[in-house]
Amino acid sequence: MSEIVISIEGLKKQYRLGAIGGGTLTADLQSWWARKRGKEDPNTKLGQDQGKIGERFWALNGIDLQVRQGEAVGIIGHNGAGKSTLLKVLSRVTAPTEGIIRMKGRISSMLEVGTGFHPELTGRENIFMNGAILGMSKREVASKIDQIIEFSECGQFIDTPVKRYSSGMYVKLAFAVAAHLDAEILVMDEVLAVGDLKFQKKCLGKMGDAANNEGKTVLYVSHNMSTIRQLCTRCIVLNHGQIIFDGDVEEAIKIYMEQDKGDLINFYDFTSVSRPSVDHGSVLFVDNFEFLDKEYPIYQNNEKIRFRITYHSKENIADLRLYYTVLFGDDTIAGTTQSKVFGKADKNERMQAEFAFDVSNFVPGRYYFYLDIFTMNEYGTHLSYDHPAQKIFFEIVDDGKIESIRWQRKYFGHIRLNELEILHR
Amino acid sequence: MEETRTIIIEPKTGWFDIDFHEIKQYKDLIFLFVKRNFVVQYKQTVLGPLWFILNPLLTTIMFTVVFGSIAGMSTDGVPQFAFYLCGTALWQYFATCLNQTSNTFTGNAHIFGKVYFPRITMPIATVIFSLINFAVVFVMSIITNLYYMWKGENIQPNWSILLLPILVLQIALLGLGFGIIISSLTTKYRDLAILVSFGVQLWMYATPVAYAKEQLSEKMRSIIMLNPVSPIICNFRYALLGCGTFETVYWGISAIVTVVVLIIGILLFNHVEKTFMDTV
Repeated sequence: MSEIVISIEGLKKQYRLGAIGGGTLTADLQSWWARKRGKEDPNTKLGQDQGKIGERFWALNGIDLQVRQGEAVGIIGHNGAGKSTLLKVLSRVTAPTEGIIRMKGRISSMLEVGTGFHPELTGRENIFMNGAILGMSKREVASKIDQIIEFSECGQFIDTPVKRYSSGMYVKLAFAVAAHLDAEILVMDEVLAVGDLKFQKKCLGKMGDAANNEGKTVLYVSHNMSTIRQLCTRCIVLNHGQIIFDGDVEEAIKIYMEQDKGDLINFYDFTSVSRPSVDHGSVLFVDNFEFLDKEYPIYQNNEKIRFRITYHSKENIADLRLYYTVLFGDDTIAGTTQSKVFGKADKNERMQAEFAFDVSNFVPGRYYFYLDIFTMNEYGTHLSYDHPAQKIFFEIVDDGKIESIRWQRKYFGHIRLNELEILHR
Repeated sequence: MEETRTIIIEPKTGWFDIDFHEIKQYKDLIFLFVKRNFVVQYKQTVLGPLWFILNPLLTTIMFTVVFGSIAGMSTDGVPQFAFYLCGTALWQYFATCLNQTSNTFTGNAHIFGKVYFPRITMPIATVIFSLINFAVVFVMSIITNLYYMWKGENIQPNWSILLLPILVLQIALLGLGFGIIISSLTTKYRDLAILVSFGVQLWMYATPVAYAKEQLSEKMRSIIMLNPVSPIICNFRYALLGCGTFETVYWGISAIVTVVVLIIGILLFNHVEKTFMDTV
């Protein structure tokens, strides 16, 4: 086994909630003087709960971690789990409250690429500047500048002030500097989500090289599971400032996925749910909805969503159909699906129907829909019988098998159309 | 192969754990900051580095008109222009050091929040950059003096000119010391930043820059000379122009104050730098 290069023991970081101090010197002096005399603090806001002020919050709550040389460790967790705080403490931007970290070797943190770039300086000057900020000596940068320029693909513009750069070029240059730093430990916070696809691949390759061939240690934080899969050999899952899992990457990703359930439930009872109009549900009434085979409605692209609805009716109705419009979490429409006639309703009889919904075209994310049961005449006019005003949520996750450019939902939409066929090469 | 150092990250502990070795490692960064300041300040300006001179020159002309001609204050027989230029040069060095270092934390929070390097490199670079600025004005002042001497005016540089480097260093350290104290406190109390900008202006009037100390009453003078900047400026002017007298006792007091302020500054700065990201 190789040497331990990072050793974290009982690391804690505390933040105080709410406004700290009065913010002005006089207010703080007043408060201090009042406390000294045992009087009430004149700067306490009326009605403020005394217990709440200065309430402490542990962003990191006892982290123990050992990383060996050459390991590429992914750090995942939901927002607020403490990932960024951990990286901040590791890169010495802020000091921990308790605990100790020992690190062997130089550490290069890329919490944000391009830190310290000055718009007025040229690309070349900024390389030196950024290198120095990251801890390189002038000589070191000078010996690597050609490599850096080549990697950045900005050779043509290297003597132009960076304020004239496109944002892509800016980031490429910044990453190039950081990637060529001769540090033994690399700490990265989603810096790979930059540049075009080709450059992203190049960065990932460079990072992989650093860990596998050059024996560098990489700590990588990301929400992008596919890069975690590609890069990391080990993965930890953080939750509320603690490590809840440490080990195999696939296992960690599974735990992470299942952690965030929120709205994801597999059974909806519609008996007391409102309807958009008095006509809805007056004849036919949907009692409940259930996702089948799943504790939580989280699906991979290669799975089908199977669900069952239970309904009853006051009249006999033939030719029942189901349709719903699927919306993405931000209320933009993904698309609409409808069924053929799935059955009929018998007067005062409780009935059930089961469906399967193919989601292979969905881009990963959380979606919802409202059920609508209707009949349709020969001209396509539809008559809606019931429409429970209850969002039914499900989540699609990446099965990691689709080869795709980074999906920009805003421009590309929520549905991945069928793959293009290549007729002739 | 360089021996790899073990970095230990701990909660902030004592006041005195200052890593001087590390500052040395980052000396290239200091010089790059100096260079950056230089390039950035004068890029896309018409007059460029000429502004180095223009600013103190205009101030001196204003002093000459207001205090010299209108108020008719005595300058100890030294040509007014030379007298004011000499004081202004050194005072402006002090004021720039103080002003510019006092926003180290708040002004660079975006960089400090993302990457680690010894924070003290920033104010040190500022002081060195201002030194270049001062050097230019100083040369201009010397040329002016030589011109007046050639014209036969009453200017007598003397032995104490050998003390100039010490005087300049002292005023730089004093400015740095006050600057980093304020920069450390402004992470919590923003009102200090406002105080500084006009406080420095007021401070100038409590310093014999625009007047000679000999014009003050005995009592007033002893108060003014307790201002640690005063004896430095008086001695500086004495060395270059030979006006007034050389202050020894007050200079000694000023030196002690400088050392104390600097030590407090460094300790405070070192203490604040570890966690200021959480309060700024």
